[in-house]
Amino acid sequence: MSKYTEDDLREELKTKEYEYGFYTDIESETFPVGLNEDIVRAISKKKEEPEWMTEWRLEAFKVWKEMTEPEWANVNYTKPDFQAIAYYSAPVAVDPNKTLDDVDPDLLAMYKKLGISVDEQKKMNNVAMDIVVDSVSVATTFKKTLGEKGIIFMSISEAIKEHPELVKKYLGTVVPTKDNFYAALNSAVFSDGSFCYIPKGVRCPMELSTYFRINQAGTGQFERTLVIADEGSYVSYLEGCTAPSRDENQLHAAVVELIALDDAEIKYSTVQNWFPGNAEGKGGVYNFVTKRGLCEKNAKISWTQVETGSAVTWKYPSCILKGDNSVGEFYSIAVTNNYQQADTGTKMIHLGKNTKSTIISKGISAGKSQNSYRGLVQISSRADNARNFSQCDSLLMGNECGAHTFPYIEAKNKSAQIEHEATTSKIGEDQIFYCNQRGIDTEKAIALIVNGFSKEVLNKLPMEFAVEAQKLLEISLEGSVG
Amino acid sequence: MLKINNLHASVEDKGILKGIDLEVKAGEVHAIMGPNGSGKSTLASVIAGKEEYEVTEGNILLEGEDIEELAAEERAHKGVFLSFQYPVEIPGVSVTNFMKTAINETRKAKGLEDMPAKDMLKMIREKSEMLEIDRKFLSRSLNEGFSGGEKKRNEIFQMAMLEPKLAILDETDSGLDIDALRIVANGVNKLKSKDNAVIVITHYQRLLDYIVPDYVHVLHNGKIVKSGTAALAHELEAKGYDWIKEEVNA
Ligand SMILES: Nc1ncnc2c1ncn2[C@@H]1O[C@H](COP(=O)(O)OP(=O)(O)OP(=O)(O)O)[C@@H](O)[C@H]1O
Ligand SMILES: [Mg+2]
Repeated sequence: MSKYTEDDLREELKTKEYEYGFYTDIESETFPVGLNEDIVRAISKKKEEPEWMTEWRLEAFKVWKEMTEPEWANVNYTKPDFQAIAYYSAPVAVDPNKTLDDVDPDLLAMYKKLGISVDEQKKMNNVAMDIVVDSVSVATTFKKTLGEKGIIFMSISEAIKEHPELVKKYLGTVVPTKDNFYAALNSAVFSDGSFCYIPKGVRCPMELSTYFRINQAGTGQFERTLVIADEGSYVSYLEGCTAPSRDENQLHAAVVELIALDDAEIKYSTVQNWFPGNAEGKGGVYNFVTKRGLCEKNAKISWTQVETGSAVTWKYPSCILKGDNSVGEFYSIAVTNNYQQADTGTKMIHLGKNTKSTIISKGISAGKSQNSYRGLVQISSRADNARNFSQCDSLLMGNECGAHTFPYIEAKNKSAQIEHEATTSKIGEDQIFYCNQRGIDTEKAIALIVNGFSKEVLNKLPMEFAVEAQKLLEISLEGSVG
Repeated sequence: MLKINNLHASVEDKGILKGIDLEVKAGEVHAIMGPNGSGKSTLASVIAGKEEYEVTEGNILLEGEDIEELAAEERAHKGVFLSFQYPVEIPGVSVTNFMKTAINETRKAKGLEDMPAKDMLKMIREKSEMLEIDRKFLSRSLNEGFSGGEKKRNEIFQMAMLEPKLAILDETDSGLDIDALRIVANGVNKLKSKDNAVIVITHYQRLLDYIVPDYVHVLHNGKIVKSGTAALAHELEAKGYDWIKEEVNA
C-alpha cells in the first residue's frame, strides 16, 4: 500500500457510488443454474479432483439436502433460491502454464481498478498474493521464496492434487461438513480458495494475502481456505474482499479452517468490503461465513476483522482452545450503514487448562442498519483456570439504526474467570461542533471519532491493512449524517 | 476584526441574546463578564457558528465579511478560535492526531499542502514547552480523563498551534491552579500581536491581572449593559453585579 494522502481520500469521498461497482467483461465459463449430484460431480471433474474428494463433496451434499437454513440470527432477508444459482464460474482465460504477462488484459485492468495490480504488489509490499477472481486462482506470486522455507501457499484445488495427504488429513476437521447449513453447502460445491502450510518451527517471512472478488452475475462464491501452522511455526494471513455491485443479491458462503499445532501461532486478518447494497437497500452480498480455528498446546490464534460490506453478514470466527495454555483472540470492527444487517461475533470454546481468550468487538451503526454482536464463551469442565475478557462497544449514528449485544456464557468449571464489559455511545453534536470549531468538517470529524473508537482493533492490523481499513471505514460511513 | 451589530440569537425558540453590539479591533483585548446564565457562552458559540443557535436579527462581521452563512469549520479556517468552557472528550484520538488533522484541514481549505511532519513536530515541541506541557500528555486521548485544569491548558495549547486571528477564551481560568493560570496567561500574552485579537470571558479579576484588557463589557440578560476600561473589572470584583442590575432596571 503506497502512502495514502488526504487528497486521495477526498477524491474518493466524491464518488458516491460503491467504489468497486464496475463489471469487467471477461468471457466466463459458467455452469447451468441449480444444484444436484450431477453438478457436484461436474465441479469435481472440472477441477480434475481425485475420487476421494468427489466422494467427500457428495457426502456433504447429502448432508446439506437434509438441513434447513438457520433462522436464529438477528437478520431479515429473502432466502436465496439455491436452485437459481450457478455453482461454478471460472474466467476462461486461465491456464496454469501461463505467466502473469499472458493473463487476460481485462483481468489485469480489473486488478488495477482494485488497486491490487500484481506487479505492484509483488514489488511494493512484501506480500505474497493468491488472487481469487470468481472461483479460480489466477495468479500466485512469491511461490519461490516461500518454497525455500518449505512453506506451501497455493490454491486449494492445486493442493488437493499436489498435497493430498495434508488436505485429506485436515480438511473438515475444524469445520465438519455437517457443522451448519452453509458449511455443508460449501463443502459440496466449493470452487476454490487458498491453502497454506507452514512447516515445523518456520516463521513465515511475509504476510500471506488473498483477495477475493465476485465477478460473474448470479454466481455464488464458495471459498474454502485451509491454513495449517505446524508445531512452533508462525504465519500472518490477510484476506481482503471487494465485489462489484449487482442488483440481485449474491451469495457468499465461505469456510475457513485454521489449525495451529503445538506452540504455533496464526494471525488471520480480514477486511471485508463486499457490495453492501445501495442506499435504498437494494442488492448487496449475502455473506454467510464459517471461520474456525483449532489451537493445540500453547498455540495461539488471533482473528482480526474489519467488516464494512455485505447486505447481510452472518459470521463468527471462532477458536477451539483444545490444548492447554492455548490462546484465542477476536478483534472486530463491524460497520453497518443504510439497510445493512450484520450479525457477527465469535465463539471461544475453552477445552484445555489455563486457556485464555480475549474478545474486543466494536460495532458502528448508521442509517437504518442493524448491527448485532453475538458471542459465546464456553468453558468445559476440565478447562481449569480458563480466562476470558470480552468487551463489546457500540457506536450509534442517528436514531434509526440498531445495536444489539447477545453475549452467551456457559461455564462448567468453577475456576473460570470471565469478564464482560459493554458500552453503547452516540456521536454527540458537541463532539462534532468541537471538531468543526477546530477547522475539521463534519465528514472528517466522524471519520476521526470512528477511528478513535475503533483504535484498539485497528492497531491489531498489519500496517498496510490498517491504512486500507481506515479508508474503508470513512467510505462506508459517508453520507451517514445529514 | 470583529463587528457585531444588534445581534439577537435564540435556541429552541427561546431568545438568549437580545441585541448585542460589539466591536473588537485588531490588537485589542476585550473582557466579557456577567452573571451566570447571562449569555456569555452563547455569544461565543454564535460567533463560532454553532448550528443549534439561530440568529434572528442583526449580524456578525469578521474583517468586514458577514459570516452568517459560513459553517463553523469555515469560520475556523478564517481564524476564529474558541477555547471551550467545557472541552469535549474524543476517545481514542490523541491530542497530537487531533491537532495534526485540524492544522492540515485548515491548510487544505487554504489550498496548502499538508504541513511536513518535521515542521509539525517542531511546532508541537515549541508550543508544548511554552505552556509547560509534558509531551507524553499529547499522546493521550483528547480530554479523556483530563483534569479540569489540564483540559484548559490543552485548549490554549490548541490555540497556540492554530495561531488564530480572533481567540475567544470562555472561562479558561476556571479550574487552573495559581501557577497554571500564570503559565497559561503568559502563553496567551506571547501569542498576542497587533494583528490579532482576544476576547476573554471570565468571572474573576485575577486572570485580567495577567491578560490586561483594553475594554471590559458586562453582559446581563442577553445584552451588554455596561462597558468600560480595566477599572470596571476591579469595580465588579469589589461590588458584584447588583448595582449594575439596579442601574439597568432603573
Ligand atoms: N442549548 C440550550 N438549550 C436551552 N437553553 C440554553 C441552551 N444554551 C444556553 N441556554 C440557556 O441560555 C442562557 C445563557 O447560557 P450561557 O451558557 O450562554 O450563559 P453564561 O453567561 O455562559 O453562564 P455561565 O457564567 O454560567 O457560564 C442560560 O439560561 C442557559 O440555560
Ligand atoms: Mg458560560
